[in-house]
Amino acid sequence: MSTVNKAELIKEISGVNPLKCMKCGKCSASCPSFNEMDIKPHQFVSYVVNGDIEALVNSASLTKCLSCFACIERCPRDVKPAKLIDAARQLVIRQKGETMLSPNEIPELLDPETPQQLLVSAFRRYRR
Amino acid sequence: MKYSYYPGCTLKTKAKDLDMYARLSAKELGFELEEIENWQCCGGVYPLGADEIGSKLSSVRALNYAKEKGQDLVTLCSACHHVIKRVNDDIKNVEDIRNRANNYMKLEEPYAGETEVLHFLEVLRDRVGFDNLKKAVKKPLTGRKIAAYYGCLLLRPSKVLAFDNPENPTIIEDFIKAIGATPVVYPYRNECCGGYISLKDGEKAQNMCEKIMESASGFGAEMLITACPLCLYNLNKCGKLPVVYFTELLAEALGIKED
Repeated sequence: MSTVNKAELIKEISGVNPLKCMKCGKCSASCPSFNEMDIKPHQFVSYVVNGDIEALVNSASLTKCLSCFACIERCPRDVKPAKLIDAARQLVIRQKGETMLSPNEIPELLDPETPQQLLVSAFRRYRR
Repeated sequence: MKYSYYPGCTLKTKAKDLDMYARLSAKELGFELEEIENWQCCGGVYPLGADEIGSKLSSVRALNYAKEKGQDLVTLCSACHHVIKRVNDDIKNVEDIRNRANNYMKLEEPYAGETEVLHFLEVLRDRVGFDNLKKAVKKPLTGRKIAAYYGCLLLRPSKVLAFDNPENPTIIEDFIKAIGATPVVYPYRNECCGGYISLKDGEKAQNMCEKIMESASGFGAEMLITACPLCLYNLNKCGKLPVVYFTELLAEALGIKED
């Protein structure tokens, strides 16, 4: 798939119009994972606009978003950066054999108190 | 008053207290939680993709069940509430999702978002009323300094969740007052606990929870209450202050918690 098509696909999956962004930076200022992200929430928007999709799909940020929705809540332009990050993640994990969490990893990640909610949430975010 | 009740997977296993004390308290307060038959896991997180359908169907089935019973749907777990409420909003407002979901469901009458989704705390506030709850309290938790931990999922995005003011919520503090205790307001009460990141990056979640705990204890809290099993799990790993489900304190105040 060409880069242009991938950019369109991210817009389609996310339902986001990145051109609405006015680059105020509130999303990144609100993000609890800002320090761990190589591409910051407000930069995601520019990467999609510029069609630099390879950088996005290889970004460590894809596993750092916590779905806390602070960016969506506080965006004055209703751009929804978390949905862009999720769409980039979907581009990766919807491919055959691509996953960010394998069931084989699970046994050693468990402890006696691990809630089911943690496992289903992680699987839904990191794997198809 | 009877409500359709969606407990969710964790309330049947690691979060049995959240469920049990809610059912006991509901009975005491004069309403009944009727568990939805054959409910399926909500998936824990709301599927963000605009093209997602299959991952939303378990919510639609629960919502339609409540509709057919003519009841409102009550949730307890913050995550289940978040997912079901947002899926219901999609069905109500997004024609494409409504059509495609109904193609799978094959119902006699299509589901169009008719069911009202209420969190248990909303039932206490909007249906029972905190004034009436206060009157029903037999053992007020006088002098206890309790910090509400809201987290993310009940509050955001507020356009859909419509639970409370997302930046300055009051519902859990009002609940704490109604059961006779003293609410402790602290700045980190609506910050994220780390959520599912704790599976693969425990340290990150730990750092986030320590900030929440320090903030709460710095303002004089003795304990935290929450509605979310994953928040409770992450916060408990810090171990600084005790964390319990709000329903446990409710049952205690109503005098129905067995020691």
